[in-house]
Amino acid sequence: MSVAPIEIERTESAEEVSAVVEPDVPWVTIVHNDPVNLMSYVTYVFQAYFGYSKDKAHKLMLDVHNKGRAVVSSGTREEMERDVQAMHGYGLWATLSQDRG
Amino acid sequence: MAGQFEALPGGGAAVALDEVEISILRSFAVQLMELIGPGDEPVEGEDPLAALFAEGPSEPPSDPALRRLFPDAYGDDTDELRQAAADFRRYTENDLRARKRDDALSVVRSLDALASAAAGEGGGVLKLTADESRAWLGALNDLRLTIGTRLEVTDDDESEALYRLPDDDPRKPMVMAYLWLGGLQESLVETLMP
Repeated sequence: MSVAPIEIERTESAEEVSAVVEPDVPWVTIVHNDPVNLMSYVTYVFQAYFGYSKDKAHKLMLDVHNKGRAVVSSGTREEMERDVQAMHGYGLWATLSQDRG
Repeated sequence: MAGQFEALPGGGAAVALDEVEISILRSFAVQLMELIGPGDEPVEGEDPLAALFAEGPSEPPSDPALRRLFPDAYGDDTDELRQAAADFRRYTENDLRARKRDDALSVVRSLDALASAAAGEGGGVLKLTADESRAWLGALNDLRLTIGTRLEVTDDDESEALYRLPDDDPRKPMVMAYLWLGGLQESLVETLMP
């Protein structure tokens, strides 16, 4: 992801909020890092679409940025297709896959 | 604060734009609409209702920028996944293209309204409702994805080099536009943060 020149680093609380993956639900939506999307925009999308808290959205955004990808939601295949379609609508690079791990 | 959106009381956002900026933004939005294409509009003489049931493409676009705007929904490790990606694309890509066109069209319309209201004054203050702000946010992001793909922005390190191009580099104007759009988008995101 890219940081726009006017980006001001905000200090976020260190609270660790991970994406909750329920063990019995086999599909996940994965957002992949890309060099263009703004960090603030990705955080905004996670808050606006998934309704995640600012802390959780920021943590997921950092996971995408630092680890190259992050699981952002889980559920049925149909639900994940809906989430992936929404992410593509926002211009985020997302895929769904069966969570065999 | 030129080139920065500010939140309006009660929702929405505003930014001051001069006539050159209005013209550049409009030109970008029109180019984006042309890139995304007319979609599967009915051929003259054919049943317009047929378009409602038309299936989208099953292959990814060949243009790299379009491929970035309309990526595969599944990995490509197996034939099964490739088939799933093709099916997904067939049922979703037309809707996605229509939505992105609508966002770009919203940008063109608000710029035209501003240009006619501010005719002869060299520019004016663009005021967007919250809905218009979201359309603008989408269009600004799609524009940056498109320009970023054309500039071959890859990772953060290489982007840094791109931002320090000498003035005579042919990519310089596009990089300046890319950064300007980034500043606009960044400030617009701030106004929409829940």
